[in-house]
Amino acid sequence: MEIGWIETTIGALFATVVLTLWLSRGSGWLEPRFWRNAAVVSSLIMTGILVYLTIDSLNQIREGSARVPAYSVINKAIGLKRDYEKRRDIPVIGEEVGFFGKIWSEQEAYALVNKGKMTLQSRNCMDCHTLLGNGAYFAPDLTRAWLDPKWETMVKGMTGKATKEEAMAEWLQHPDRYPTFVRRMPNLGLTEEEAKALVAFLKWMSAIDTNGFPDRFAGVQ
Amino acid sequence: MTQALPQGKLYESQKLALWYFWVALALFGAQVLFGLLAAWQYLDPNFLYGKLSFMTNRMLHINAMIVWLLLGFMGGVYWFLPLELGREVVGIRLARFAFFTLIAAVGIVVLVYLLVQYGPGNAFTLWFITEGREYIEAPRWADFGIVAVMAIFLYNVVATAIKAQRITGVVAVLMFDLVALAGLYMAGMNYTPNISMDQYFWWWVVHLWVEATWEVLVGSIMAMALMHLLGTPRRIVETWLYLEVALVFGTGILGLGHHYFWIGTPEYWLGLGGFFSALEPIPLVAMVVHAVYDAGMHRMQTVNQPALFWAIAQAFGNFIGAGVWGFMQTLPQINLYSHGTQLAPAHGHLAFFGAYVTAILTVIYMALHQVRRPELPRFDSKLWKWAFVLMVVGIFGMSAAMTIAGFTQTMVERAIGGSTWQAYIDAQQHPWFQSGMVWRFVFGVFFLVSYLVLLWDLVTIGKGEARVVKEVGAHD
Repeated sequence: MEIGWIETTIGALFATVVLTLWLSRGSGWLEPRFWRNAAVVSSLIMTGILVYLTIDSLNQIREGSARVPAYSVINKAIGLKRDYEKRRDIPVIGEEVGFFGKIWSEQEAYALVNKGKMTLQSRNCMDCHTLLGNGAYFAPDLTRAWLDPKWETMVKGMTGKATKEEAMAEWLQHPDRYPTFVRRMPNLGLTEEEAKALVAFLKWMSAIDTNGFPDRFAGVQ
Repeated sequence: MTQALPQGKLYESQKLALWYFWVALALFGAQVLFGLLAAWQYLDPNFLYGKLSFMTNRMLHINAMIVWLLLGFMGGVYWFLPLELGREVVGIRLARFAFFTLIAAVGIVVLVYLLVQYGPGNAFTLWFITEGREYIEAPRWADFGIVAVMAIFLYNVVATAIKAQRITGVVAVLMFDLVALAGLYMAGMNYTPNISMDQYFWWWVVHLWVEATWEVLVGSIMAMALMHLLGTPRRIVETWLYLEVALVFGTGILGLGHHYFWIGTPEYWLGLGGFFSALEPIPLVAMVVHAVYDAGMHRMQTVNQPALFWAIAQAFGNFIGAGVWGFMQTLPQINLYSHGTQLAPAHGHLAFFGAYVTAILTVIYMALHQVRRPELPRFDSKLWKWAFVLMVVGIFGMSAAMTIAGFTQTMVERAIGGSTWQAYIDAQQHPWFQSGMVWRFVFGVFFLVSYLVLLWDLVTIGKGEARVVKEVGAHD
């Protein structure tokens, strides 16, 4: 279901004004009663619309929807493509390539990504990094971290690992050992299991349709 | 207008309010201190690396802010409520209990943040160490505590109004707002691996809670303050308050959409969020008009000059910090590039200071007048102007420095560099960015100094200064 934002906006404002005027008949617009009605009416109407849109939005961002992929997407190749019609980048999900050398079932993938999210929160990642652009600004944005060229061009060589996911997991366990910038990530004591889970989380997150943020990541054509 | 106690006497609720104020001010100091540590780590990343890393300093910086502002608001309400309703607050023992519980809980949380800092990736960490979600890092057990304290607070306001058999417009707005305040905080207490859903409800706390319900709470407190400070008639103050609520909720609830541009949510939020957040400055402009008009009507004459100055700073600060700096990056076409850069903290610093810090300082100066020298028709000191000017300059300096750094990031990292890891580093090493960080720290030190001046003034103002008495004599 697609909701037109212009119709929603005009409808909300129109309903607020009309209902306020109707409820306040008999008092001038400078009287307290008028603005008390306006306060109650605008709060109720806007809250009502928010609740309605929340139900719709939650349906559209449920894992496994068109916008937010199922957790088993970690088995697939993920890329970005420019949508010239919409003038923004969208994630494209390719063929099955496995993750850490195996294919994960939906339940296994859920458990792994879930562990990754727990790890992310337990290590306070958002107080240095941004995710989907939210968080702190002391370290890079992680929205598309899985697709960052640096893992292939730099970290793989540093860690001597064969695959990107192994290189990422190794780097996350010993960020202090592989400095990449004057600002180094502290060693947060990630176990191997936690590091793998975190990489899974980052890979899954990189496949979310974020309406084109960040624009032309890594100069996508 | 309101029934007052005999001169020099305080309600129990007002005595409690003073405790809230002093603890709030102490936490304000902690906020500045950890902010400075974090700012210094931009300049010297090896400073305390691995011992007290940026993430911990930053977490303490923002959490100290939330708690001290909340304490300040609660103090403000406990100060004015008995004056507004003409009687003692009902559950005063309960309120004291909530105060000490909150202080103890904050103490434990801070110690855990400092000494433990992080835990393994499991539910235990989320319950007892940190939830690791920016601004709402408080562990789950403390979340329940915060909601319980807010519930006690709400109960006290409602029960006092019932006992007093009196409900003013301001108190009605306050009650309405406190229900939302306690309810919305709970939206942030749910765990989900789905980060889009996580962020969806995270913003109910960070936008609807902080930007909408706090704004209205502060509106109610400022309304009560203005009646006492300038003797503005209740009818006018309450009309303005209603107007403000109509506009703040009317624009702010769907203005939430400007946080839903890039978190995976449907495209209609781009339009809705852009439109309604563009309207969000309107109530703030209205407040500036109101404040200037009111102060002008009274030719700036008041018994309490420092409070009046902070009240006017509140109107302007709210408009400039929340309105102008927010609007600067609120449209999706701009936000696509400015999102997640130093522009966000530039806006955050100015807005939190302008909207909330100034309001709490207004109330504290009014309270100190009653406590220290209620017999004096004018409350004054040599120092308060210094504190006022230094603090305003400090916060503007920090915000300006971060704005320049933020534009550099917007251009170098987001627009040109394609937002990669390397693009991030390129922007961070750009001279415009780096000088921005240096000046942010310099003005941070400046702000710390102004905080100390302010604190000294608050401790000493009105305390047996012969000069004040003489000046009063001259005015009489």
